[in-house]
Amino acid sequence: MSDASIQASMIHEDEASFSDYFALLKPRVMSLVVFTALVGLLAAPVSVHPVIGFCAVLFIAIGGGASGALNMWWDADIDAVMKRTKTRPIPAGKVEAGEAMSLGLALSGMSVIMLALATNVFAGAFLAFTIFFYVVVYTMWLKRLTPQNIVIGGAAGAFPPVIGWIAATGSLSIEPWLMFALTFMWTPPHFWALALFMRKDYDDAGVPMLTVTHGRRSTRVHILVYTILLAVLAVGTSFSGVGGPVYLAVAVVLNALFLQGAWKIWRRDEDDSEGDNFKVERSFFKLSLLYLFLHFGAILIEALLKPFGLEGW
Amino acid sequence: MSFKPPHELHRRRFGRNMGVGVSLAAFVVLVLALTIVKVTSDDFKFPNTSAAEQN
Repeated sequence: MSDASIQASMIHEDEASFSDYFALLKPRVMSLVVFTALVGLLAAPVSVHPVIGFCAVLFIAIGGGASGALNMWWDADIDAVMKRTKTRPIPAGKVEAGEAMSLGLALSGMSVIMLALATNVFAGAFLAFTIFFYVVVYTMWLKRLTPQNIVIGGAAGAFPPVIGWIAATGSLSIEPWLMFALTFMWTPPHFWALALFMRKDYDDAGVPMLTVTHGRRSTRVHILVYTILLAVLAVGTSFSGVGGPVYLAVAVVLNALFLQGAWKIWRRDEDDSEGDNFKVERSFFKLSLLYLFLHFGAILIEALLKPFGLEGW
Repeated sequence: MSFKPPHELHRRRFGRNMGVGVSLAAFVVLVLALTIVKVTSDDFKFPNTSAAEQN
């Protein structure tokens, strides 16, 4: 065989491309991590050099992506069953599970060390804890054990603004925890709405989602209760150091819409939902994506207005 | 002299290698930029090695 030729036996049609390895890092989740970490960093009451700020957000994002790769390694068996996840690189046969694990571990170590060097050790340690929490506590331990899995997983997804704040200040206060609570309380209604209209996926995978263990009526009640608590928290955040009039206006409008959606979901039964192919649940899920983005966007606007003397209250 | 068109597999591997190469180059540039920012900041101090040299 010459150098330029290739034998048919050597051709592996499903061999991974660079984008398949990138897909292991869950880019869509990473975009949420980037945005919320950036808001946490910019909302902090100290100025950060742009290069250091860029590095901080980048390494938080890589840490988040690394935990995504480790999640895909551990959950490859579930991903292969669920329609929503069966095209991911491991179940699609493009990347070996061991490769995903190696990539995840390497990027975890690199991101934690680099974040500690770029900002401070506290931020690096908090990123390490977040990765540990998402991979070990959520993915390996509790995801397959309890129907509250989404609530616990939501905690891991809520840490990035806290890490961003620590990267800027080196310390903690009430404001980053309010940003944490916003994402934490938002996650369950967001995912339970998804579970209502993707129901068969979770049944097939044997993941104890609330819809499977407690029934769909109970899930609707849970969505309403969490949405009410979320609305109180989200509007209350207006009067904290990261809030202000812009944030209050955004929070009032969005929470009114979100409460209306949760109320409609609560009032419906399965026949109603089947009748219109889960129209209300789907629109609530879409609104939830906008909900989080706009809340953090409003916190960002409040932070950007401060240098111009337009303090919150 | 003519070359065979590259196999699709070669193109995919080339793309993968380029991706890794560009990522590593970007990382090197980032570390360099970070180092410059750190050592030129007002609160940067060189470590005091004189005590260690006396011992």
